[in-house]
Amino acid sequence: MSTNSSLFQQEMVQQALKQSFVKLNPKVLYRNPVMFTVEVGTLIMAMVCVWILAGERSQGSFGYNFTVCIILLLTLLFGNFAEAIAEARGKAQANSLRKTREETPARLQNGQIISSAALKKDDVFICVSGDIIPSDGEIVQGLATIDESAITGESAPVIREAGGDKSSVTGGTRVLSDKIVVRVTTQPGESFLDKMIALVEGASRQKTPNEIALTILLAGFTLVFIIVTVTLKPFADYANVSITIASFIALFVCLIPTTIGGLLSAIGIAGMDRALRANVITKSGKAVETAGDIDVLLLDKTGTITIGNRKATRLYTADGVEMDTLTRAAVLSSMADETPEGKSVIELAAVDPSAYGVSNPVYVKFTAETRSSGIDFDGIRIRKGATDTIRSLVLAAGHTFPKEVEGRVHLIAEHGGTPLVVSQNEVVLGVIELQDIVKPGIQERFERLRKMGIKTVMVTGDNPLTAKYIAKKAGVDDFIAEAKPEDKMNYIKKEQSEGRLVAMMGDGTNDAPALAQADVGVAMNSGTQAAKEAGNMVDLDNDPTKLIEVVEIGKQLLMTRGTLTTFSIANDVAKYFAIIPALFITAVPSLQALNIMNLHSPQSAILSAVLFNAIIIPLLIPLALKGVAYKPIGASALLRRNLLLFGLGGILVPFIGIKIIDMLVSLWM
Amino acid sequence: MLVVGLMSDFIQRESTNHMNTEIFGIGGMFAASVLLAMPLGRYISNVYSGERTLLDPLFNPLERIFYTISRIDPHIEMGWKQHMQAMLVINLLWFLMSMLILMTQGALPLNPDGNPSMSADLAFNTSVSFLVNCDLQHYAGESGVSYLSQFWLMFLQFVSAATGMAAVVVLFRAFRDKTAQTLGNFYVYLVKSCTRILLPLSLILALVLVFEGTPMTFAGKDTITTLQGDTVEVSRGPAAAFVAIKHVGTNGGGFFGANSAHPLENPSYLSNMVEMVGQMIIPLAMIFAFGHFIRRRKLSWVIFGVMTLGFMVLTIPNVLMEMRGNPAIAQMGVDSALGAMEGKEVRIGAAASGFWSIVTTAISTGSVNAMHDSSMPLSGMNQLLAMMVNAFYGGCGVGLLNFFIYIILAVFISGLMVGRTPEFLGKKVEAQEMKIAMFVALLHPFLILVATGLATAFPAQGASTVSNPGFHGFSEILYEYTSSAANNGSGFEGLGDNTLWWNITTGIVLILSRFLPIIGPVAIAGLMAQKKYIPEGEGTLKTDTGTFGMMIFTVIVIIAALSFFPALALGPIAEYFSMI
Repeated sequence: MSTNSSLFQQEMVQQALKQSFVKLNPKVLYRNPVMFTVEVGTLIMAMVCVWILAGERSQGSFGYNFTVCIILLLTLLFGNFAEAIAEARGKAQANSLRKTREETPARLQNGQIISSAALKKDDVFICVSGDIIPSDGEIVQGLATIDESAITGESAPVIREAGGDKSSVTGGTRVLSDKIVVRVTTQPGESFLDKMIALVEGASRQKTPNEIALTILLAGFTLVFIIVTVTLKPFADYANVSITIASFIALFVCLIPTTIGGLLSAIGIAGMDRALRANVITKSGKAVETAGDIDVLLLDKTGTITIGNRKATRLYTADGVEMDTLTRAAVLSSMADETPEGKSVIELAAVDPSAYGVSNPVYVKFTAETRSSGIDFDGIRIRKGATDTIRSLVLAAGHTFPKEVEGRVHLIAEHGGTPLVVSQNEVVLGVIELQDIVKPGIQERFERLRKMGIKTVMVTGDNPLTAKYIAKKAGVDDFIAEAKPEDKMNYIKKEQSEGRLVAMMGDGTNDAPALAQADVGVAMNSGTQAAKEAGNMVDLDNDPTKLIEVVEIGKQLLMTRGTLTTFSIANDVAKYFAIIPALFITAVPSLQALNIMNLHSPQSAILSAVLFNAIIIPLLIPLALKGVAYKPIGASALLRRNLLLFGLGGILVPFIGIKIIDMLVSLWM
Repeated sequence: MLVVGLMSDFIQRESTNHMNTEIFGIGGMFAASVLLAMPLGRYISNVYSGERTLLDPLFNPLERIFYTISRIDPHIEMGWKQHMQAMLVINLLWFLMSMLILMTQGALPLNPDGNPSMSADLAFNTSVSFLVNCDLQHYAGESGVSYLSQFWLMFLQFVSAATGMAAVVVLFRAFRDKTAQTLGNFYVYLVKSCTRILLPLSLILALVLVFEGTPMTFAGKDTITTLQGDTVEVSRGPAAAFVAIKHVGTNGGGFFGANSAHPLENPSYLSNMVEMVGQMIIPLAMIFAFGHFIRRRKLSWVIFGVMTLGFMVLTIPNVLMEMRGNPAIAQMGVDSALGAMEGKEVRIGAAASGFWSIVTTAISTGSVNAMHDSSMPLSGMNQLLAMMVNAFYGGCGVGLLNFFIYIILAVFISGLMVGRTPEFLGKKVEAQEMKIAMFVALLHPFLILVATGLATAFPAQGASTVSNPGFHGFSEILYEYTSSAANNGSGFEGLGDNTLWWNITTGIVLILSRFLPIIGPVAIAGLMAQKKYIPEGEGTLKTDTGTFGMMIFTVIVIIAALSFFPALALGPIAEYFSMI
């Protein structure tokens, strides 16, 4: 995948330039009240120019008025360009993902080969090693290793198989081995990527609640300045000052927050684009924004906090039980256990299960509900599972749960391990110790989250003691131990009822309800279709720590809006000091004292102010697209920092900018 | 720059003794107000939260009689809409009664001086302006109203102050509990404001005034013979009671035409101090009451800090400019060591007059002890700014309501700046709240600028009544509408203001700028009260910090500066630069 991070590629710029003009259409522009009023101002100036050509003398020279008109047009085009370039970048990113899956042949079950574009939902196709998967779908039969590097950039192949939580395949990825039968899960043109592209293109882009509130603020300021400008006419008449239309329009356009008005939608699109660059497909702009507000983060322990899976490290026998007996029982109970823990038991024992020669075995599969697995044969029932499960099994049969095993279980748990108790015919044989390893660097990430004000919650199937040990070691704030799927759901509901926003990641069908309930639900791309439908983001990398990045992207999005609004409004101070003396100076010479920038002439002052107002938009496009850097230093400190940078900066920068432009402009005047 | 110049100039002359005394007097007035406001704030909070207070045995039975007669069930809980409904209905009732009394006063009892009934437009203007706690007076008390009308107007001064206080208590309630649908009973708040707070304070103030020489009588004009042997008719009446509530309720309507510059309304330096403390005390106490009520005292101090900063920024240059005197008069060879004394009372002095002029404009009282028309140009600008902001302390109750709008705007912008959906006291600020906040913030400049624009655009109606030409005349028009829109009531004067045009236009501005800025913040608070409470976390932007205080201050300055700079440039600023 191309990860060209240069902001402006030639092709995109050309496309965006064209769009800048297309977007001048008032029907499109009226959605943005600030820029719409600028367009009205531009039209009025155009009419003034025609009026002067027709012989009007009171409005100043044609050249001056025409220049003002052109600068206003530039202001509009710059604003449009910002939006267009953001759209172009987002689209290019999405297209590069989409390109990989276009025009791939698909082999249907009846042997017919059709184009991937002709695939409809619920069609079933077959892929063998070497094939490119033509469409998103779900494996209905088989197992295959798949190279997903085209989407994720990760070169290690992954295994996908029918049934379970890893049954999903993505169009554009390559099958490396074996054969799978896949059912198409989306209509053509309705995949997540298609939806994302539509969002970026603006066709289905809706303003987020926060964007609406900000637009109200900006529209309010625009109205204030309409009043200020219109009432200035009778005030000036009263004071016998004559002010040209160009000056009125210039004053108005400089005062309204055109900078943020021009960049607002670009900032929103860039947020989604940044998410996409982090390989996260968002289903709405709102989801990214909400991510910035998250208070609680639910993270699965396995894979997120600890490296991969737990491994069996040691076996402990109950009193009076031979080690061989325990080993045999442990191995047999793990024969059908496809979980990594189960496999690691066999690895630890280093015995081939078939060597025991068991006939007619009935396997009891591990489920999240029973939390045990095992095998039945020849009237022997071997079970391996969580302490509670086995204990109740043993007690129910009227046997006792040995004290020394109880002690061992506690000891293992205290050391962060997970005990699995093994029983045969409801008699405890011993304990298997499983150990977890916390990912290096994860503590720092949690510390960063804590500084952002986000509470981290570890979700694990472990018993409370183990969970506590790992939670402490990793530095999470809370944990849900012995978690069943509904526990996650309940925890989310509880936090939400206390007014907190919750984010979680998940992949299984079990997770779907919780993903839907969470304010931000990120489904892994490898997860089931149900999970992907339920969440509001899909992570192409299947990286459980991705949520942290998503949160930062959300915060950046809001901050970029806030800081540029502040900057835009702070700019007005300097513009006033440029324009007000220029308006009144001929009639009220004493107001020269307000011309603190010592600008060359009234006309040069107005031109410089309007020109600064226009130029600042393209200058800020890179910031709008990249976003203001988020620093987890606490809200008050962050506010101080941004107020200093963008508030004070917003007051000072235009003084310098307008003065420089004035010096240049006065060379011609 | 200007301030620095004034300061150094001031320090050079500081050795003069009378200046020390004058500054000390001002400092004393301010310190006394703040010190008294703190315990009063706690008392006010207790009154509204229904806790036991000292005056319960006296007023509980009395209030029960009120409620029984008016068939009010004090236990009925109201939502914010019902509160506002109650407020509007009862205000409409008072307005109608007021029109009736003022237009027939000539024929009614208690009219020893035989003053005539008011014309319809003047009665409209007077009724509205007393009803909205503004007290813009287009009549002179001596000849324009009977004693009965004075009593009626005094009643309005009580209830209009109580209306503002009751409204802000609705806001207090909205933020006290985590989530609330109902916010208490409007009539209870209204009655308690009158009986427990306004009445006792007014009584104390009136007693001091009586001892200082303010009349309290039902007798008509008195005739005195001067040393020269001329006979002079002196108006009097039940003035002490009137003057007391005029200040305690931040109303500002004078008993006599000359307001608190009149020797019987404000006889001495002591009465001047007491009236000053009287008008500052409730707006200050309300800030502390808010903190007590919602159990966030630190927030009170931040609000107090921001308001005081703004108040000082306006006051200090004013006092210094007035004490320095008028350069134009100094050029004529007149000694201005006492300061700019044109239009000021000698017993009060330049410093205390300059201080009063900002207190009365910042706090929405609008009583005057000197002619604001004669203030130095930039002093006049500061008086205008105080009313344009209208939230540096502000009027009884309404000052905090206005300030709340600035808080919401500051919360919104700073929330975005730290990358979090904005929230205040655990409640999210969203599009709905922003719509209302922006509307209210917009209304103030809209009313002032549009009305001033109309008055200048139709010179036959507006501009022709102005006594001074040029920039100063423009300031006079701008001041009249700013005073109306801020529900302040002080006049720059220099206007022939008892005309159909002024009576009607200011009346309309008064109504709009009273009720919408009350309903707006209460609506926002009511909506926020219904929202889910979000507990404070580490990512929450705390609103009770100095940083956030600076943010509010910046928002206030930016909004006032950006909306009014062109108008001020053509008025006081142009006048100032033409003078130096």
